[in-house]
Parts: sequence; structure tokens; C-alpha cells
Amino acid sequence: MITVVRAGPLTTVQDLGRPGWAHLGVPVSGALDAPALRLANRLVGNPDGTAGLEITAGRYAMSVARAATVALTGADAGLTVAGRPAPFGAPVAVPNGATVEVGPARHGVRSYLAIAGGVDVPAVLGSRSTDTLSGLGPKRLCDGDELPLGEPTGEPSGVDFVPTSVPRGDLVLRVRLGPRDDWFTDPTELLTEAYTVDVNSNRVGARLTGRPLTRAVTDELPSEGIVLGAVQVPANGQPLVFLADHPTTGGYPVIGVVDEADLPLLAQARPGDRVRFRLS
Amino acid sequence: MSMRFLPCGDSAVLVELDDLDAVLALHAELVGDTPPGVVDLVPAARTLLLRVDSRQTGVDAVTRAVAAVRLGTGRQREARTVEIPVIYDGEDLYEVGRLTGLGERGVVAAHTGQTWTVAFAGFAPGFGYLVGEDDRLHVPRRANPRTRVPAGAVGLAGEFSGIYPRESPGGWQLLGRTHRRMWDPQRNPPSLLAPGIRVRFVEVPAR
Repeated sequence: MITVVRAGPLTTVQDLGRPGWAHLGVPVSGALDAPALRLANRLVGNPDGTAGLEITAGRYAMSVARAATVALTGADAGLTVAGRPAPFGAPVAVPNGATVEVGPARHGVRSYLAIAGGVDVPAVLGSRSTDTLSGLGPKRLCDGDELPLGEPTGEPSGVDFVPTSVPRGDLVLRVRLGPRDDWFTDPTELLTEAYTVDVNSNRVGARLTGRPLTRAVTDELPSEGIVLGAVQVPANGQPLVFLADHPTTGGYPVIGVVDEADLPLLAQARPGDRVRFRLS
Repeated sequence: MSMRFLPCGDSAVLVELDDLDAVLALHAELVGDTPPGVVDLVPAARTLLLRVDSRQTGVDAVTRAVAAVRLGTGRQREARTVEIPVIYDGEDLYEVGRLTGLGERGVVAAHTGQTWTVAFAGFAPGFGYLVGEDDRLHVPRRANPRTRVPAGAVGLAGEFSGIYPRESPGGWQLLGRTHRRMWDPQRNPPSLLAPGIRVRFVEVPAR
């Protein structure tokens, strides 16, 4: 069992989500930076789909009521175990009863903390992920919460250190135009200038601000299915890139879709960071 | 009957059709005979989204398979019907009676007197957008959405009727409420409604 000492700004349980339920209105959810969660799981010897913690902007602390192995990946943050500094991106042994603390994120936004055996809350539709849009899965963590742990099934990795790649500086996202690029006077306007990540970004989507995109068709679009990475343009002309907790349908035109491989980078972009699009 | 294939990233294609009946017909065909590698079929008002597992297949192969589907006319014939008992005491019943010219009892008669079809899901898990057989109950959304609509509330908006699966904010015109549980993740399937299912509303007295 782990006991949350300090939940921080937003900490949720995440695995690889619940794909395949979109026809019932269920978002896919899951870790926004899935490669970072996979890496953390591999470091502690967990299978890929094991649930860990997604820690937003750091400042998280917990105590672990058994000897365990943990690993921190994703957004770079200081890790201490029982008050002693421990390496980022490596398996770390935690003695029974010790406190694990994650400091403020230095680069990036979302850190992933895997614990050998995984967080063993009940699965909903095959996933333990917190879905912040629809409320499925466990609630966001609060101070004092107690979470069960599963039994470790594998051995921690023998590596000493794994390089991680949270972006710094301008981010370039590869995009494919469509399905509704013909609703804009010039869809390539999306490619010309940099946008800024807005502070109102969350697990549903990254809101961008910059030069507004102008619509050629001003009709109301009947709701249609949305994919991960869709760049939706609401009435104000400012693009929003949908992330894991996105709604399954929406009524604003989607000008293009960001390659799925680039979404983890966007999930690590901070408010104020600059983002450019280029054709995939 | 035309299909337009719109690009939607590297692992999905959006099929645009003439109308909702065509969407439901294509959806019924593809549910019965899903092209290999298709992992999500998401119908909506005029479109059907197909998401593919790019390790198994490509968007081009799926597009060819869908283009080869020959659609029957009209909606799926042998769809399942779900009955929803409704207490018609909604806060907007009077207003809907006025907007439609049907009066409160006329609205209830129109709502219970036709078969509705789940066109698509969205807004919340288990929320189905239901289309009826005629336009007597087409009303605009409320000008001021409510911050709290209870679970089980039955409403109208535009060409659709719907049932709130859980408490949430909402702008639909409320006709009444049902005690049937629309969404339960412990149930299989978790949602009472799914695209293509028919719905009949049945008036029941308040308990």
C-alpha cells in the first residue's frame, strides 16, 4: 500500500487507457506521455500496461508500506527516498515505510512514477486510468489517500540510467491536414507562425494561442467523431490539440491531426512554450 | 448514395455520408462485418469514423473495404428495442408545449408515440443522441444551460432526444425523468444504449 502524503497540483493513476469504447462516448484516457510511463514500468520490472502515477508539475510525496522498487521518468524532477537524493530515470530501491518525494518539475510538465507491482485500484472497462473528462476510474489523488499495490511480477531492470527526452525550446509537431481543412480560407495558415501553449491546457487538450485561423465555411458542423491529436478550431479561431481525455465527438471543424508519436512531446510542453506545425 | 473519405491523421478515416440514415446503414453493415484492423467505429450525425490499428492494417485498405460495401436502404431492420419508462414532470415541459404548439400532453403523446433510434453517443459515457420519426419535437436548446441536470433526466435539443446518464451541466429542454440506469461500468455492456438501438418511451406515474 502507498499513502499519499502530498498529492501536489494534480496527480492521477494512469495506465495505457481504455481504447475501443468511443462508440459509447468513453474517452481513451491513459498516460499523456505513454512512452515515459512504459519506460518507468520497464525500469521496475512491470508489464507495459501496469498502472503508475502521472504527477503534474511535481511536488508529490508518499510513503510506501513495504520494501519496493520505484522509477521516475517523464518531466525531470528531483527524487528523494527517505530524504536522500535518488536518480531520475533509474530503478530505485525504497525501504519499508520510507517516504518518496518528487520535487517541482524542472523541464516538462508530467512525471511518471512506477512502483513494482503497480497501483492496484479496481479497473473500469479494462483500465485503471483516471479520466478527467468523464469521471471514470479512480479520483485524482488527495492528501491521505491510501492505494493498494499489486504483487511484483518481474525483476527491476539492471540499467544504471536511461536518457530521457523532454523537449526544450520550440516544439515542432508533425500534422496531416483534414478532415475539415476545406472549412478554412487557407489551412496552411496553421503552418506559418508559432503558437503559444495556453495556461488553460489540461488532459483533455492543449490550447494554443496565436494567429487566429479564418473560416471559409461558417455553417454549424454536425457533431463528428474525434481522434487523438485532432486540431480542433472553435469559434475564436485558436487551435486546440486533443489529448487522451478528449471527448469522442465534437462540433467544431478539425483542420488537421497531429501524428500520435508527437503527442507525448506536446503533453510535456509548458504554458508559454512555443509550438509550430509542419506537414507530416 | 455517396461516400466521401476524409483524411483523419495516419490511423483513421472519416466517412461522410448523405444523411443519418446512411450513417446508420453503413454502421450496421460494418458492425456485422468489420474490416480487419478496425478498432473503433464511431458514428455521428453525418459521418462514420473508423480508427485502425496501424500495426494490423492501413487506412487505404480499410477505405477500399468500406467503399466496396453495398448499402441496403433505410435503417437496420432487426435492431433491438429498449423501453424507457418516463415520469413526464420536466421543468421545460410547458415551454416545449408552447414552442411546438402541441401543449404539454401533446408533447408527451409525440414523445411516447414514435420509435427513436440511437444515432450516436457522445457528451458523456452512455449518452445517446436519439432521432425520432418526424420533426414535431424539434426545439432549440435552452438559452441558459443549467449548471446541474440530474441523472435520468430526459430532454430534447435540436433534432435529438437524450437521457442524461449522470448528473452534469446541460442545456437540453427537460421533459421528465427515468429511473432506468443508463450507464453502469460494472455491467456488460456498460451502456444501455448504443448506436443503432431503438428506443420507446413509456409514460409512468410519479411514485
